[in-house]
Amino acid sequence: MRLVPTLSGVTIIATQALTKTYGGGVTALSDLTVDVDAGVIGLVGANGAGKSTFIKIMLGLIAPSSGGVRVFDLDPVAETDKVRARVGYMPENDCLPPDVSAAEFVTHMGRLSGLPKTAARERASEALRHVGLYEERYRQIGGYSTGMKQRVKLAQALVHDPDLLLLDEPTNGLDPAGRDAMLNLVQRIGNEFGISVVVCSHLLGEVERICDSLIAIEGGHLLRADRISAMTAASDVLVVEVSEGQDELAAALSEKNLRVSKDGRLLLVPLDSETAYDQILQAVADLDLPLHRLDQRRHRVAELFTTKKETADV
Amino acid sequence: MSEAGVIHDIGYQRYTGPRLGRASVFTAMYVHGLRAAFGFGRSAKSKIFPWMVAGIALLIAVINAALKSRGITLFNYFQFVDTLAWLVIFFVAIVAPELVSRDMRSGVLPLYFSRPLRAADYVGAKVAALVTAVFLLLGAPQLIMFLGAAFTTKTGMRGVWDEFLRLLPGWGYSLLWAFLFASLSLLIASLTGKRAFAAGGIVAAFLMTAPVVGVLNVLPSETAHHLSGLASPMSLVNGIQIWLRDGVDLGLDVGRFGPIYGIEWVCLVAACLLLLLARYRKVASL
Repeated sequence: MRLVPTLSGVTIIATQALTKTYGGGVTALSDLTVDVDAGVIGLVGANGAGKSTFIKIMLGLIAPSSGGVRVFDLDPVAETDKVRARVGYMPENDCLPPDVSAAEFVTHMGRLSGLPKTAARERASEALRHVGLYEERYRQIGGYSTGMKQRVKLAQALVHDPDLLLLDEPTNGLDPAGRDAMLNLVQRIGNEFGISVVVCSHLLGEVERICDSLIAIEGGHLLRADRISAMTAASDVLVVEVSEGQDELAAALSEKNLRVSKDGRLLLVPLDSETAYDQILQAVADLDLPLHRLDQRRHRVAELFTTKKETADV
Repeated sequence: MSEAGVIHDIGYQRYTGPRLGRASVFTAMYVHGLRAAFGFGRSAKSKIFPWMVAGIALLIAVINAALKSRGITLFNYFQFVDTLAWLVIFFVAIVAPELVSRDMRSGVLPLYFSRPLRAADYVGAKVAALVTAVFLLLGAPQLIMFLGAAFTTKTGMRGVWDEFLRLLPGWGYSLLWAFLFASLSLLIASLTGKRAFAAGGIVAAFLMTAPVVGVLNVLPSETAHHLSGLASPMSLVNGIQIWLRDGVDLGLDVGRFGPIYGIEWVCLVAACLLLLLARYRKVASL
């Protein structure tokens, strides 16, 4: 259920051959061209793939070497303040002073974002409430657990009511339960608060669950950018498991014009037509094979990337 | 009245109020720094030292004012500042790391610089905060001394006015101290995230240079004696006083080189500020 309509279909970030080369010849981003729609966006890539550089360019912290980037159709280098007023940033590393309370810290960050004093205080307690910190917010941050600190980091990014959140590894250092809670929170921010979120992660599995679209980068190059639905829609397969006679069954299915592929002891058949189920069952019955399993499996996004990568490497 | 049993989840509220510009962000940073200098908004422990120093300064001023009412002059406005010089050094050695090293240590700078705040704003706000703090530390007791003298003057309004004319250069002298000590100590503190190192470095910068002045003073050269004060920040400020107040005796002879002291003061403050700016330009782009 969406309380606030999200701006799906609206381009919030657009890059044009974006390239960043650091002094010393290290290329962090190379020829990155991508249009990003509003929603929850996963930015995945291994450590050092260029995710953080991309975020810093969007914040106007560093200027691109060549190419261009526009956030909300604004240039982060020329119109830094306008961009930063609409963007909230949660860095990967520890960034909280230990000897102040969360309420005080988030209020301070709100003021530094340009909120008037009273508004900053109100929005700080609002933001802390939304991330799930209540009475604890008056305690010093130094005594917080890692999970609570991550929430404070998220709250300070939310305090000035941005239209876009840039979260750099928000689940860093959290236990499985903490990860789930953080991911659910991010999903809620994207869906209920109507704020677009870019979630950086090196763990594809955890962002694909909550994202509307994915951008995968590797070594500064764009690997793939698409909506999750587009990535998984056409890839439904039927998994057939028989305890013996896989080869005969594969041959029989091929004769029926089904594209069969083998995955260990499993046979994978693309679910192209309505009749695929029946054809497979018929073939199994004809050969009189012991059928263990016949079910539908969605491709995980991860598989798409691995196949993509292998073809790219070849 | 709301009915019992109804849960009011007001959900997320968008902010529609005003968003202020860089000027007010600067002010927020400045006020935050000034409050932090005296331990406000922080733990009770961090209030101890600044207020102890302030307490000593105020106490000396009150004693001074009380003695003055009985016709005994303990210090004039300049001597008061010179006397408190060591306390000021310890004050900036504690407060400057509080203002900048702490931010560096906690890693909060990326959060600051992802907001409208720029490196120049950050440096400006921190320097302004520490200059104000040091000036308050010296200027407020000077004001008490003035009030003490003004209320006990025997020549009416004319005496009050004369006393005020003596207070103004005293305040100016305090500002000389405040600017030099604030910019120098902030520069040193900005080099490390460890507060203890920063404090040690600041005290060292002020203490280690004092013997150099002594060494220069025993050299058999008249010019070396006149220029010896340039070697240490404390004697530098003393030298300016000697120059501007025409050879008051502070155990330092600046000869005809007074203007050099003034020039060095300006250059030193400017250099510290530029280095600070360069330092934070680099930090801000990380």
